[in-house]
Amino acid sequence: MCLGVPGKVIEVRDSVAVVDFWGVRKEVRLDIVDENVVPGDYILNHVGFAIRRIPPESIAETLALYEMLLAQEGDDLMSLDVRSEIEASS
Amino acid sequence: MSELQFRDPKLARSMAATLDRLVRETGRKIAVMHVCGSHEQAIAKYGLRSLFPKSLEVIMGPGCPVCVTDVPEVDESVLIAAQGARIATFGDMLKVPGSVKSLADAQASGAKIDIVYSPQQAVEIARSTKEEVVLFATGFETTAVATAAVILDNPPPNFSVLSVHKYIPPVMEIIAEMPESRIEGFLAAGHAATITGSAVFEPFVERHKIPVVIAGFEPNDIMAGLVELVELIRAKTPHVVNMFPRCVTLEGNLAAQKQLWRVFRPMGGRWRGIAHVPNGNLRLRDEFAHLDARKRFPIDLTSLWDYAPPALAGQCICGDIMAGIRNPNDCRLFNRECVPENPVGACMVSNEGTCKIWHLYGGVPDLEASA
Amino acid sequence: MTAILLPFTGGRVTLKQGGGGRAMRALIERLFVRDFATMPFDGVGVDAMDDGAAIRIGDDWLVITTDSHVIHPIVFPGGDIGRLSISGTVNDLAMMGATRVLGLTCSIILEEGFSLDSLEAIQRSMIATCREANAPVVTGDTKVMGRGEIDGLVINTCGIGLTRTLVRDNGLHTGDRIIVTGNIAEHGLAVMAARHGIEFEGDLVSDVAPMNGMIDSILSDAALADAVTAMKDPTRGGVASALHEMASKSNVGIVLQERSLPMTDAVRSVGELLGIDPLHVANEGKALLGVRADAVDQILARLHEHPLGRNATVIGTCGEERRGAIILDTGFGRRLLAEPEGEPLPRIC
Repeated sequence: MCLGVPGKVIEVRDSVAVVDFWGVRKEVRLDIVDENVVPGDYILNHVGFAIRRIPPESIAETLALYEMLLAQEGDDLMSLDVRSEIEASS
Repeated sequence: MSELQFRDPKLARSMAATLDRLVRETGRKIAVMHVCGSHEQAIAKYGLRSLFPKSLEVIMGPGCPVCVTDVPEVDESVLIAAQGARIATFGDMLKVPGSVKSLADAQASGAKIDIVYSPQQAVEIARSTKEEVVLFATGFETTAVATAAVILDNPPPNFSVLSVHKYIPPVMEIIAEMPESRIEGFLAAGHAATITGSAVFEPFVERHKIPVVIAGFEPNDIMAGLVELVELIRAKTPHVVNMFPRCVTLEGNLAAQKQLWRVFRPMGGRWRGIAHVPNGNLRLRDEFAHLDARKRFPIDLTSLWDYAPPALAGQCICGDIMAGIRNPNDCRLFNRECVPENPVGACMVSNEGTCKIWHLYGGVPDLEASA
Repeated sequence: MTAILLPFTGGRVTLKQGGGGRAMRALIERLFVRDFATMPFDGVGVDAMDDGAAIRIGDDWLVITTDSHVIHPIVFPGGDIGRLSISGTVNDLAMMGATRVLGLTCSIILEEGFSLDSLEAIQRSMIATCREANAPVVTGDTKVMGRGEIDGLVINTCGIGLTRTLVRDNGLHTGDRIIVTGNIAEHGLAVMAARHGIEFEGDLVSDVAPMNGMIDSILSDAALADAVTAMKDPTRGGVASALHEMASKSNVGIVLQERSLPMTDAVRSVGELLGIDPLHVANEGKALLGVRADAVDQILARLHEHPLGRNATVIGTCGEERRGAIILDTGFGRRLLAEPEGEPLPRIC
């Protein structure tokens, strides 16, 4: 359950942020989020409320988790193949 | 953000290969359950099921708060609407059947229903009118915190809340304790856990020795979550693992939890087609009785009974279907009294519910993977 | 105060039955098609459930279509009910090959108290759209009903056109490609956001437009016209509903490449925010064309020359697998695409 979409904070006015969701901007309330939110931050939106400030470094953390799963798979030719493709494209 | 990697099919196929190897290493069929409608939506939207190994069964649990909203709860909203109040609710709530009618039926008979995107919008409607506006508030803890926030933000006097919010952790206990349950691991919902934190699952894992992995909603979040879950099952190491660290922390969103428990108290109640779930419902505390629609409007459920068709709900086996014990063909209502246009149980209400899917596709929406 | 009972006797029409998709088709089939279709008639009639009807006149086909327009709000980002009422009917004619409109009728039912200024604005919008489509309104009718008896206004338009090249929605063959003439889901999402008071800033505007000019640029070229095997405009119920109809009437399966679907970032994003699949959302200025594979490049090139067709692209292929169904290839896996039931609404889970 619980549709959640990340977006980038453009502006903060009191307890409301204007958030850019890839091409559309929407006001999102900040009553629930437990950290100070400033322009440039990413937040997770659910029903018009920010429920989490997403620290930028945590994106890398998740991708590192993926890498770890694939690293366990060192003997798998397919994953090696895919990893090199990912590296080539990044 | 790195949307490309979260949605990279090549990465997904690579994880599927890992998943396949892990399941094969166990040498048996494995059943796991996710308890999140949005996980199912993402699995469906991206066609991930065709990537899952044949020996891995990913069962959709009671993860849709709208679908598990029980018949009498819908009846309450219909009866309040019949008194002339405007009901503000989310789009998915509209066609969920009550004992006699859904809110969509009530609307066809002249009831005033506003579809809102946010609890905040319901408050704005109340501010713009003198009419009574009732937020028919559904959803798990993630949504309940938003309702709590508007309740704590001094809403106008013509605003009230009919809370049918539900709380996920207790229902996992019910599933785990079903005697015939084959579930060996749970994929927990990342957005609900954003509020509650990963630690909320520790006592559960301790008690049942079943691993819980918290996963996000991008296709590769789900694939990664399943890989981790099956690895925990294979290694016989029942732990809580957080695979969604960009949103979920150990203790969760403490500010939100504080607001949630200040406004709501947990109460036992029936979940449609599943069971009585102790502490599974969230009701307003007495401090907020002045905003409680149940206190503001007289609600006489017996007044509907003269009109009610024979109670079919008693014959519904949604609970067993969700637990993976039985399938829709075992249900005597399936495709007869219970169809998408007139659903009886939660599994036929939900777009991705097992019964709805069996009805639409004869049980096989997923085809062999593309080359 | 005691609870007032609602009248529960008998079934009632629900909004779902007007939202396109299965529920609406079932209602129409049960109520109208079965009996109306029993009267003798030479041509494409009501039982075909195509975009309009076609009556044979010598070597030509007289195409006729009618549509009642109700929309809330009456003015929405990118258009209004006036532009919609002309475009909708012109497009239905065009989808059957009648790209040159002989005439339109316009019948308006107004609610007592309706603002004359709004009415004039709607009328101006209709005239501007008629000019764009080169489609004259030749007769009309106006009625006023009491306050509360209807909601604002209803506009019915009827259109006729002549064509030698009748195009149906049931002519797809194995190997044909499916072209969509531009970005999908813009009309439905823009109207839904406006209707439910969900405020967005950004590029979310309806695509409502008359497409007969664009379609004419294909059909007026005999070589290209010959390669068009089917057409339909994906209005209510969206691309998913229209493709289901085309596939089932043509008895082919359609493999749809999800990653080829053209849509703006705004549509993708609002779709995710509101939990709505853009494939289920109405378009009012887009067409789906079934095209023989050998002519795809030429037809695409011609569409790209037209302002409404700049983003035209191939989104699928017709085959023998799963006749009557749509297979969605997501790049991750393949899955049957469900037909939408009723109007999609913002959801939370």
